[in-house]
Amino acid sequence: MIDLNHIHKTFNPGQPNQVNALNGVDLHFAAGEFVVIVGANGSGKSTLLDIVAGSVRPSSGSVHIDKMEVTKMPDYRRSQWIARVFQNPLSGTAPDLSIIDNFRLASIRTRPKGLSIGINETFKNQVRERISTLGMGLENKIEQPMGTLSGGQRQALTLLMSVMDSCKILLLDEPTAALDPKSAQIVMKTAEDLIKHYRLTAILITHNLKDAFTYGSRLMLMAEGRVQKDLDPGQKSALKQSDLFDWFA
Amino acid sequence: MDFYLTALLLGLCYSAIALGIYISMKIFNIPDITTDGSYTLGAVVTAILLTHHQPPYIILPLVIIAGGTAGAITGFIHTRLKINALLAGILVMTALYSVNLSLMGRSNLPLINLQSIFTIVNIGADPNQNTFWILIVFVAVITLLIGYVLKTDFGIAMRATGNSESMIRSLGVNTDRMKIIGLAVANALTALSGYLISQFQGFTDISMGIGIVIVGLGSVIIGETLINWLKVTSVAVSLLLVLAGAIIFQLVLAVTLDIGVDANLLKLVTAVFVLLIVSLPRITARGKSMF
Repeated sequence: MIDLNHIHKTFNPGQPNQVNALNGVDLHFAAGEFVVIVGANGSGKSTLLDIVAGSVRPSSGSVHIDKMEVTKMPDYRRSQWIARVFQNPLSGTAPDLSIIDNFRLASIRTRPKGLSIGINETFKNQVRERISTLGMGLENKIEQPMGTLSGGQRQALTLLMSVMDSCKILLLDEPTAALDPKSAQIVMKTAEDLIKHYRLTAILITHNLKDAFTYGSRLMLMAEGRVQKDLDPGQKSALKQSDLFDWFA
Repeated sequence: MDFYLTALLLGLCYSAIALGIYISMKIFNIPDITTDGSYTLGAVVTAILLTHHQPPYIILPLVIIAGGTAGAITGFIHTRLKINALLAGILVMTALYSVNLSLMGRSNLPLINLQSIFTIVNIGADPNQNTFWILIVFVAVITLLIGYVLKTDFGIAMRATGNSESMIRSLGVNTDRMKIIGLAVANALTALSGYLISQFQGFTDISMGIGIVIVGLGSVIIGETLINWLKVTSVAVSLLLVLAGAIIFQLVLAVTLDIGVDANLLKLVTAVFVLLIVSLPRITARGKSMF
């Protein structure tokens, strides 16, 4: 599904604040794989995700999605395959727009946004139905601005929004970092359900080692812009939670 | 009383500029001051075509295209060349001064005794009443049009561009292109105000645009104060309140003239008035928190 070949990324090359974020990363993510990436701050996890999404271009190397070369394709065109959930709940939704407006945009992620009115009663009911599956009681508030909701509610809705249109790849960049434990659990559970139900290829970045242990089929450790450990499903299931903590000791 | 009627008519003429500033400032979150130039550009194009006896169905589209192009250039400089929006606007505005001057060939073009939008139809015997109804229809049409566009999928994407850029890019929108279109629409509207004013006052002057951005800003800020007061979330009602802002703004200026303030001080009064409106919510908030 996703191929990364010899990816290098250097920020501010030749300047005192030069950062070598990625130093030669070769990875293949198969369709339907749920990959969890852990690693210290500055290990290159987020840059890797940005390169897959297209919001950052690699200094060298190539990116393929579905066997198609997309190295130079900007993020807004890769959205035909990719949906994202950001670390900051504010980044994944438009706070001043109503919930229904946000969902409308998400439902036409892969299509052009034309000059016709797309929000009608059928669409509203469809969104209400989807939102009610969260059990947060938000289905009656779809006309409310997104900004009036809590971080947890917004992240949960961002997840739902990602599958409003056809989606193959879901990128989750520390989606629960800004949330309280209970909201975090709801968001992670929702993510897992959606990934299974829609057979998504998913990449999750997290600092929560318990989540890294619980979720996903493949587990990677990154450090200094390289992949240090890469555990396939068999190795991951053999892993004990204490082993994982030892990685960071 | 005539004073206030003129103010009302001026307010209607300036509603297009207010809608334009509302789009650039409130929807796209871009401080755009191409306004001074594109407003005069609209008036200049109108004056040239009127003096060449061109029909209205040619003039109006050309005014829109001229203003739109000016805005698109600012948008291009801002997004593709990564220049600060404020500077991009100043550059285009400065360049437009020369463009306007060479288009007109002189600094002032009178339009007395020419056909204009206000002489197309004759509703009543009173010319002011005639002007009033024509303006009402004109403003209603553009407001309905903008209101409709903002409700479409394209319009929602426009509103999201100024609100959460990372989100709307990940949802497949080229935000650079969207900002260029937005600034083009905003300046096309601004040019429409120039189109109306030049025909209303009967001349186009090269310096008529100086400081006009404050008229648009003031109107939008009054509109926004009303929007916050009334806790409006509907886009259509917001647009109406911005229109109300444009008219209130002109009425306040009429009052200051009426009570005998020197006309030379009008721009100072305008600036102070806008400052008051902007700071009023903060001053009252501080007052409340003290008790």
